Amino acid sequence: MKEEKVIISKDKFSIIVERLSHQLIENHGDFEDTVLIGIQPRGVRLCDRILKKLSINRFKRIKIGSLDITFYRDDFRRRKEPIEAQIIDIDFSIEGKNIVLIDDVLYTGRSVRAAMDALLAFGRPKSVELMVLIDRRLSRHFPIQPNYVGEKVDTISSEKVVVEWEEFNDKDQVILLRSE
Amino acid sequence: MTRLSAEHLLGIKHLNKDDIFLIFNTADNFKKIINQPIKKVPSLRDITVANLFFENSTRTRLSFELAEKRLSADIVNFSSSSSSVKKGETLIDTVNNILAMKVDMVVIRHPNPGASVFLSRNVNAKIVNAGDGTHEHPTQALLDAYSIREKYGEVKGKKIVIIGDIMHSRVALSNIYCLQKLGSEVAVCGPSTLIPRYIDSLGVKHINNLQDALNWCDVANVLRIQLERQDIIFFPSLREYAMVFGINKEVLSNLSKEITIMHPGPINRGVELTSDVVDSGQAIILDQVENGVAIRMAVLYLLAEKIKKDGK
Repeated sequence: MKEEKVIISKDKFSIIVERLSHQLIENHGDFEDTVLIGIQPRGVRLCDRILKKLSINRFKRIKIGSLDITFYRDDFRRRKEPIEAQIIDIDFSIEGKNIVLIDDVLYTGRSVRAAMDALLAFGRPKSVELMVLIDRRLSRHFPIQPNYVGEKVDTISSEKVVVEWEEFNDKDQVILLRSE
Repeated sequence: MTRLSAEHLLGIKHLNKDDIFLIFNTADNFKKIINQPIKKVPSLRDITVANLFFENSTRTRLSFELAEKRLSADIVNFSSSSSSVKKGETLIDTVNNILAMKVDMVVIRHPNPGASVFLSRNVNAKIVNAGDGTHEHPTQALLDAYSIREKYGEVKGKKIVIIGDIMHSRVALSNIYCLQKLGSEVAVCGPSTLIPRYIDSLGVKHINNLQDALNWCDVANVLRIQLERQDIIFFPSLREYAMVFGINKEVLSNLSKEITIMHPGPINRGVELTSDVVDSGQAIILDQVENGVAIRMAVLYLLAEKIKKDGK
């Protein structure tokens, strides 16, 4: 039996995305040297959503990219099932840029570590920040903390956080799954 | 599917269609990576690969070596001209010695057909066949089919003619298996003395006349005349071969459509292809070389996935 609990409802979801966009505007001004990079596959969805919000707010020429971290992961040959790689789409140099890495859920921090490793293959950025929709606190394996957080949740390892998107699952919401 | 059905890459014969598509899709990702400013990923950093080349090779060896380096593997190289093979050591002894040095994967090229199969049965490492005599050369066939897919979007339904010395060619046999598994039509063309008698049993058409073959096909994969494998004379002279089966601009301009020219290298300019054809836009020979690295990275990556971490 699996127990489901909605931790972010549709309305709250939209307020959070709105807030995250404004935090970016506050810190990055006109986005002259700022690039948004979504981590494949699900960080890209948040990245697209943030871009949409920013476009409404007259920032029309923001550079975005998507980063696949499959070949940079530290669990190759250690997973039960291999992962399928996704597309890397960064057609510009990140040399000297301020990067905002975007992912949906921050858990152990291993994906973000791999993402930073992958990112450096495209040049030396001026700075790297991290934005996540959900921060699962108290479960980090690496010393990694996000700069922009949608919501912090306390979870245990048997639980699972699932982010659902209107484009894929009919409705924007975040669910906490507990297996008994 | 995210995992190969085969434990080694011994030949295309042992792969199924899904395996080939998995290799292609993985190679797509690696092709992106080898065009990044830093062309290297850390995936195979705890894997050691031995490249055993018992036969001369430039392109394939460089291509494998580059693929291994771009996956961060450790490499040991071995070529028979500078080794104890000259002193009379057998294949199994040579390989066991190398494996005693804790090697996880072996890339082998050998003049004897079946050498890689023999190794896979006798040593505990993942084997990649980089050409075994006149038998198979699977990575070449994969990169050829991958290059056709890149050019036309898909391989299915395309007509491919393989021209030249079919009998002594491992590239031809691997290509036939690979292209047929992907649903394309394959024909061969060349001097009758160099067409194997059993070619019909593979479901391959034999077209005698070069002009007819080129009119029929979308892609012509032109092979090198391998004088080193011919211990008797199969055709009168290279000059006559070039006159009857050599492709030049004039032959191509007489066709009703523009076909694609491929060649696994090394090219004998003026024999199977003239220089103006090699350097024309119709030839995708250098794309084949670039794709070769991506394909070999994909093969090594997917096989390494099957080497389980100790204690797990």
